[in-house]
Amino acid sequence: MAGYVLRRFLQLIPVFLGATLLLYFLVFSLPGDATAAICGEKGCTPAVEASLRAQYNLDEPFWVQYFLYLKGVLTFDLGVNFAGREIATIIAEVFPTTAKLAVMALVFEAVFGIVFGLFAGLRKGKFFDSTVLVVSLVVISVPIFVLGFLMQFVFGVKLAWTNPTVSGDAGFTELLLPAIVLGLVSFAYVLRLTRTSVIENANADYVRTATAKGLSRPRVVSVHILRNSMIPVATFLGADLGALMGGAIVTEGIFNVNGVGNTLYRAVQNGEAPVVVSIVTVLILIFCLANLLVDLLYAWLDPRIRYA
Amino acid sequence: MPENDKALTPVPRGKVSSYPIEHFVADVEETPVLPVDASTADGAPRSIWSEAWRSLRRQPLFIISALLLLMVIIVALFPGLFTSQQPNDNCLLANSDGGPAPGHPLGFTQQGCDVLARVVYGTRSSLMVGLFATLGVVVVGGIVGALAGFFGGWVDAILARVSDIFFALPMILGAIVVVQLPFFRENRNVWTIVLILATFGWPQVARITRGAVLEIRNADFVTAARSLGVSRMAALIKHVLPNAMAPVIVIATISLGTFIVAESTLSFLGIGLPPDVMSWGNDIFSAKSSLRSNPMALFWPALALSLTVLSFIMLGDALRDALDPKSRKR
Repeated sequence: MAGYVLRRFLQLIPVFLGATLLLYFLVFSLPGDATAAICGEKGCTPAVEASLRAQYNLDEPFWVQYFLYLKGVLTFDLGVNFAGREIATIIAEVFPTTAKLAVMALVFEAVFGIVFGLFAGLRKGKFFDSTVLVVSLVVISVPIFVLGFLMQFVFGVKLAWTNPTVSGDAGFTELLLPAIVLGLVSFAYVLRLTRTSVIENANADYVRTATAKGLSRPRVVSVHILRNSMIPVATFLGADLGALMGGAIVTEGIFNVNGVGNTLYRAVQNGEAPVVVSIVTVLILIFCLANLLVDLLYAWLDPRIRYA
Repeated sequence: MPENDKALTPVPRGKVSSYPIEHFVADVEETPVLPVDASTADGAPRSIWSEAWRSLRRQPLFIISALLLLMVIIVALFPGLFTSQQPNDNCLLANSDGGPAPGHPLGFTQQGCDVLARVVYGTRSSLMVGLFATLGVVVVGGIVGALAGFFGGWVDAILARVSDIFFALPMILGAIVVVQLPFFRENRNVWTIVLILATFGWPQVARITRGAVLEIRNADFVTAARSLGVSRMAALIKHVLPNAMAPVIVIATISLGTFIVAESTLSFLGIGLPPDVMSWGNDIFSAKSSLRSNPMALFWPALALSLTVLSFIMLGDALRDALDPKSRKR
């Protein structure tokens, strides 16, 4: 097991390096001058521009730039943004909020998606199943920002159950509505995935055997059907954590959450490439680690998968 | 458990049951072959596509989504047929955020333009982005996935790592990063948005193609073709790919919808299509500021977008059911 974890961890390294290289390449080597964003319309004096170029290593060859950046990432020295603040400090400030938001969204979509998907799958073709399927289709096809505005308007403004926007120190109750909006589309995917998987497994021989040997229905459903149906769902959820943190950019914008997404959006608007690269690097790292976690979860879900 | 006497008495050899069984077998003359049973062994077998078409024709989901999409395509091709108003001319600020009026059934935008005309004329670019981005991911993802699945070994290992790398950057996130680059800031149009969406969208198609090709690769008919002297490349193109297309077409149909949503999300963030291009995403973006006073200006483009995306996803679902023999049996 320890050997397997180590090997999977080592396999992450090329993916992480490749993704950061791709990101760095996209941001810093496509045509266009990186100092233009900081200097603005008026332009900088040559001396200022030269010092900026030196500060962000822009005069070095691409590979040297990339390795200097990697060194910075590994030593937690991400440099400063255009206003001179430490990027690491900025990320540390906004990260907890988005992490809370993404985890809440993940829990929401996992719990509700699996429960609804399970019952829909067990009642394939019945009224409940059809209703749930139609709702999931609608949720997938309506853009997240429309859903977000709608729910903000209904629950935040009309019914006033919650604040329409989130304050600086975002608490659990305040983040509830944004988290639901954030997790809504993935909820529909989890539901459909669970349903398909449950339908497939409900007709399996081992389920019939379990029923035949007299196990109670709840036990057959929870241990024999559900657990075996969880592998594709776990894969999706693992990949989704990274997507949720990135996708928070829209949700955080609607509900004015001071999180990673909003910071990234501002950085994109201002053309602050170093901030953009740093934030996305952190998100890539989270994506890789979440996938590793899911790989380890497989063993628990399906003991037939061995880590030799 | 009570003792079962019967089980203890030995059954005579050669006799299955102690009860006499009568078999009723009709003579051949009395059972004429019905047309249903007739099979033409020499006739060309029906392809997976004509099989699929036969089952699709009976699916209400398919018919509804196909009709809706046909409608959307006609609107995109001939917007002039559906509204007499011009989307950008005759926009009077006096009409700003106005409700429905004669000749303007859906009311006006904040700029005083006709909402119906904007929705009708916005169809084309939204559909184009979805269509060409899908085309891009199918070509790139299809080639990568087919090569990885068919050749295996180091080709597979390298291509799998490359697609893992792209997979680690979620599409919207990657698009947001790329859109702010000076190059894309200066050249923002339908084609660059298509390029960006396709760049971050292909790994999913690659994974599905790879899986499908892996399944077909060792089929008997491929071995037969190879042993007849067909080269590996020709076997891949002529024999493997056509049979591995079904799941790719399903995912392409569904991702067409998601690309339309992705474009509108980028436009909503103000970094999608430029403001002078009419698209549903841009309309939603500009209606956002007057949401409280004129929610209908946001509702109609959002409805058009959602219905289109819904149709593509339903079409994909229907195609999956029709093309996947495993699910058809159920």
